[in-house]
Amino acid sequence: MSIFEVLTIIIPSTLLTAAPLIFTSLGGVFSERSGVVNIGLEGLMSVGAFTAAISTLALEHSGFGDASPWIAILIAAIAGGLFSLIHAVVSISFRADQTVSGVALNFLAAGLTIFLVKMIYEGKGQTPYITHNIDKISIPGLSKIPFIGPIFFQQVTYTSYLAILVSVLVWFIIFKTPFGLRLRSVGEHPAAADTLGINVSRMRYIGVALSGVFGGIGGAVYLVTITSNYSVSTIAGQGFLALAALVFGKWHPIGAMGASLFFGFAQALSITSQQIPYLDRLPSVIMLTAPYVLTLIVLTGFVGRAEAPKADGVPYIKGQR
Amino acid sequence: MSYAIEMRHIRKEFPGIVANDDITLQVEEGEIHALFGENGAGKSTLMNVLFGLYQPDQGEIYVHGKKAVIHDPNDATRLGIGMVHQHFMLIDKFTVAENIVLGKEPKKHGLLDMAKAVKIVKELSEKYGLDVDPNQKVEDITVGMQQRVEILKTLYRGSDILIFDEPTAVLTPLEIQELIVIMKRLVKEGKSIILITHKLKEIFEACDRCTVIRRGKNIDSVAISDTNPSELASMMVGRKVNVQVNDAPYEPKEKVLEVDHLTVLDSRKVNVIKELNLTVHGGEILGIAGVDGNGQTELIEAIAGLRKVKNGRIKINGQDVTNQKTRKIIEAGLGYIPEDRQKHGLVLDFSIGENMVLQTYYKKPYAQLGILQNKVITKKAKQLIQEFDVRTPSEKTLARSLSGGNQQKVIVAREVDRSPELLIAAQPTRGLDIGAIEFIHGKLIDEKKKGKAVLLVSFELDEILRLSDRIAVIYEGNIIDIVNPKETDENELGLLMAGRKKGGNQA
Repeated sequence: MSIFEVLTIIIPSTLLTAAPLIFTSLGGVFSERSGVVNIGLEGLMSVGAFTAAISTLALEHSGFGDASPWIAILIAAIAGGLFSLIHAVVSISFRADQTVSGVALNFLAAGLTIFLVKMIYEGKGQTPYITHNIDKISIPGLSKIPFIGPIFFQQVTYTSYLAILVSVLVWFIIFKTPFGLRLRSVGEHPAAADTLGINVSRMRYIGVALSGVFGGIGGAVYLVTITSNYSVSTIAGQGFLALAALVFGKWHPIGAMGASLFFGFAQALSITSQQIPYLDRLPSVIMLTAPYVLTLIVLTGFVGRAEAPKADGVPYIKGQR
Repeated sequence: MSYAIEMRHIRKEFPGIVANDDITLQVEEGEIHALFGENGAGKSTLMNVLFGLYQPDQGEIYVHGKKAVIHDPNDATRLGIGMVHQHFMLIDKFTVAENIVLGKEPKKHGLLDMAKAVKIVKELSEKYGLDVDPNQKVEDITVGMQQRVEILKTLYRGSDILIFDEPTAVLTPLEIQELIVIMKRLVKEGKSIILITHKLKEIFEACDRCTVIRRGKNIDSVAISDTNPSELASMMVGRKVNVQVNDAPYEPKEKVLEVDHLTVLDSRKVNVIKELNLTVHGGEILGIAGVDGNGQTELIEAIAGLRKVKNGRIKINGQDVTNQKTRKIIEAGLGYIPEDRQKHGLVLDFSIGENMVLQTYYKKPYAQLGILQNKVITKKAKQLIQEFDVRTPSEKTLARSLSGGNQQKVIVAREVDRSPELLIAAQPTRGLDIGAIEFIHGKLIDEKKKGKAVLLVSFELDEILRLSDRIAVIYEGNIIDIVNPKETDENELGLLMAGRKKGGNQA
């Protein structure tokens, strides 16, 4: 097997597994840039995945066909946005500890989604499989480019490219628009922003709500492109990987995308190792733990001094010294 | 004629305290008006009322003769009131231009127009003589320039009434002079300025009129040309200010601190103290004079065990403490009032009582069998609060919520109460008002009278000259001369501090 063939296996797989991480970590960028730590990304992904599962099933049933998963992603975005408001109210309005609130969000999401699954599907622990998922396709035209085509544009989903485009868009919003400047200002020095007439709470609500929207999309994409049904183990750590990608990417949208691609690569390696010469001889347990081991190594060794937004995690109280 | 700002009969209460009690402030158009009072007198509260951060319980505000209701800083900004905050409201990671336009950004097609922002900042900075580089990040510029950015923020919003909240607290003497020039230029351009301060010197250099407040009440408003420093000072404190002088006879006793050929590296691994020798005796105050950055900080950190000694010896009471652990050095007889009271002097989120036993908590009677004796600690704290006139609701109050002067008193109380053989006081009165300064000076002199050794480091020559029995001048990491304060003056000291020995020779 040539290197070219290995790449045609690993790269599309990387793009596939990275897409949900990219969306979710971008959500984290919005929240934490506004000064609210969001450990709840895992829970937001669960809510997104669950919503996508039941929405797709319902839409398929109503005859929406191939459009079903796409519409489901939008519904999941709204659900994620709404669910994240719990975190916003608790940590911004009531100034509770953001880490605790985020952890609570995760527990709540896990419990609530499974409870609803059991209620809707008469006691079953998982949803039925959706029949219209977003399939791997070859992108017309681009996939015909010699060498590059088969590696980057065959056996891929549109969501992967959408994720990369959205990262650039998020970068643009955060660094090139007045909204982005204000969002960053409340994450760095809320008192300064306040004296300049910027509504700190409002900006932070927006930041958290956007993290919900993106976390919801991330979970939904994971469901409609990878797992196709929802159960308690569907998300299983993806949200925390996205959180790690956010830190590894130094709270920067493009950095978060790069880190997500790296973690996607690590997961792709473990999924595809059986098809790759030399790697297939390693015990599969090593390959399965690889993503997590790599994550630890990267986070401890390569991040260096990651500088979080200065007021990240600090509730804002007007007039405090 | 109408006033630029007129605040009539303002009253503002906080739970348990009346911060402003019937205060009236009248600022004329085009003047620099000082708002003068001790720490905690209510100056900042009054200005926060004017800036819309607090709502007054009673009273009215008129801006350019028109009645105004100010709900929040946006209202104040709209009325042309701008505030230069004492603790800069700047975002370190943003550029100068981003900081200035934040909240009122120039836009092109809905996007940030940074090119235009930079241009506007350049124009403003030229018009008012406020030198800044719009493209630099705030974390990379000097404190003086950061302050100019704060001023530009208000000018960008079209303010014509500027409030400066203790602007000189963080500046070097040279930067203070520059600031006064800037303020005078702003007034010439048609602005009116309110200067909040407790420093007499600035008032007489910069201001036209002055309103004095004390403990939340109006005392008087006077034209600066009609008054003098000692009159203003006693107005502020409410009694005649007794300037503390070191009048006890100079009778040096045995050597308490011996520094022998000391060499210390700074954070960049450069020899910042070179072969320095110094002796301090019991019963004397030795003042160290020098321009900031000549090794003062490193010298005292080395003595206190906070910085590694490369070469040489330090002895306290004859005991070698070179590179010893801090606790050992403290037990050898060191008391230390650090330069930065918030960073090194206090644990800000501990109570006053806890802060007062930071070096003794592990000893009897504060601890028995490894358990803290809170009753004993509380009793001690109450006694020290009384004795050192710390103004606080209780000993359980967090150190963070005290004013600077009272924080410093907590540290002085803790250090002096242990009655150490050697007391190091680094910038002990920086940023404090006259009352607190005199109190602390008195305590230092008392220590000398008790026969203890006091090592005083200060950038205020006035303080050094007034308190010291001997003055050691530090220059580039060495003591270049030791002079008698009675036989010298600020000029001679100034020359020595610049490295010139007597007779005009280069040292």
